[in-house]
Amino acid sequence: MPDQKQMYDKGKVVAGLVIFVVLITFPFWYNHLKAAPAPQLELTKKAQAAKNCVRSKDYMKAEHMQLLDVWRESVVRNGERVYVNEEGKEFNMSLTNTCLDCHSNKAEFCDRCHNYASVNPYCWDCHIDNPKEKK
Amino acid sequence: MEKSRRRFLKVAGITALGVGAKPTWDVLASDSSHDASQPKVKKGDKALSAEQWAMVIDTRKFTSEEDLHPIIEACHKTHNVPDFLDEEHEDYKPANKRHEIKWIWPEEYKHAFPSLENHHVNDRVKALPFLVMCNHCENPACVKACPTKATFKRDDGIVLMDFHRCIGCRFCMAACPYGSRSFNFRDPRPYIKDRNPEFPTRMKGVVEKCNFCAERLAVGKMPACVEASNGAIAFGDLNDHESEVSKWLSENFTIRRKPGLGTGPALYYIV
Ligand code: HEC
Ligand code: HEC
Ligand code: HEC
Repeated sequence: MPDQKQMYDKGKVVAGLVIFVVLITFPFWYNHLKAAPAPQLELTKKAQAAKNCVRSKDYMKAEHMQLLDVWRESVVRNGERVYVNEEGKEFNMSLTNTCLDCHSNKAEFCDRCHNYASVNPYCWDCHIDNPKEKK
Repeated sequence: MEKSRRRFLKVAGITALGVGAKPTWDVLASDSSHDASQPKVKKGDKALSAEQWAMVIDTRKFTSEEDLHPIIEACHKTHNVPDFLDEEHEDYKPANKRHEIKWIWPEEYKHAFPSLENHHVNDRVKALPFLVMCNHCENPACVKACPTKATFKRDDGIVLMDFHRCIGCRFCMAACPYGSRSFNFRDPRPYIKDRNPEFPTRMKGVVEKCNFCAERLAVGKMPACVEASNGAIAFGDLNDHESEVSKWLSENFTIRRKPGLGTGPALYYIV
């Protein structure tokens, strides 16, 4: 039984299919082509000298927002202001006075990564992000 | 044939049970083991504590409003309180008065103590400026009014605000009988002259008030106003009979603001 299942308008159908597939996958390859490279984070001299963050780098990278949440809850609501990490090192739990003391280059550190990840913390409406500058 | 299928199902069932139980087991196991190397939070070594912080203001040591200015300034500088009434500011308008933010301010006797007002107060008291601020009430109306628990009473008696939770509904302002709370109708930052980088500012849309210098008590310092008062203000634990406030209270006749309301202010005035 030869040629029983013939395809009509083969050219148009195939072309249509190709266009359809291209359109439907557009977001994927478009994003892939223009994906920005991961940002280069700069550590200040002070941070480099300290070598370590409050917790391990992996923990900080993934969990710093939770850590900050614990900090503010503890400071404001429980009046406990000292954080002791696994190694027994103590930190004053303060966004401006501790995090930004080491990472005083907020623009090249926090902001660079946040811009990349498209997060925009509103903390800086109140917390001072350039403590060294005399406004 | 049938036997081996039964066997297969049995083994598969037991395996599934084991695999499924593992995460649960892990969670339970990790929960029960508290090892010493876990991070901790604690109070600072120098932190001051009390059962009920209280303040006694000796108004006999003030003669004019001028005497209060250094005290007010010390507070407002420490806490980045904006000065909308600064006439030298480029955007100053008289209408800024409506936006004023007050943590501590001078008040006349008849306004501070309306329930004690009698028409024949002596001239000295009539002319005396009274320093008023949040009373850190024993039974605070603002705490009950707050729908988000942004305002709460700490174990040491301080009525504190958690700015992170304030939604700006201003119920607390309506509830407070002392006018101790101010709302940020606008961005305060342009009106903060010499800001203190160690304390956050506030933003448009939140309420604020005196915090009894919780951040200073936590590092062993007295409140800024007490420090700047040259001994005109005593601060300490009301429940400690040895404290300075207890001594001042037992040696002097004192009054509190609007005592009939039952809020139980922790601020006492020697007149
Ligand atoms: C004592 C100085 C110091 C303090 C204080 C400090 N950091 Fe760090 N932070 C570092 C150093 C050093 C690194 C790099 C660690 C590494 O490369 O192993 C780092 C890394 C990080 C990273 C990961 C960056 C990356 O490369 O992915 C984040 C996020 C971070 N810090 C956030 C914070 C936050 C938030 C705070 C306040 C809670 C804080 N840091 C406080 C020194 C500090
Ligand atoms: C390695 C990248 C990276 C660096 C560096 C980094 N952040 Fe983040 N941060 C993120 C990401 C991603 C999120 C969003 C996480 C989410 O939404 O779950 C975030 C969220 C936050 C949030 C919570 C925001 C919100 O709206 O809930 C805060 C606060 C924050 N970061 C503070 C900081 C500070 C302060 C620094 C610098 C000391 C910093 N971050 C550095 C990646 C980074
Ligand atoms: C409306 C103003 C406001 C905003 C917005 C705000 N904070 Fe705060 N925050 C404060 C004030 C005021 C304190 C009390 C400071 C004190 O008692 O020392 C504070 C305290 C803290 C503390 C502990 C003390 C310190 O010096 O840092 C942390 C941590 C903190 N906030 C984190 C955050 C984070 C993270 C965000 C953003 C997601 C944020 N805050 C947004 C006003 C604000």
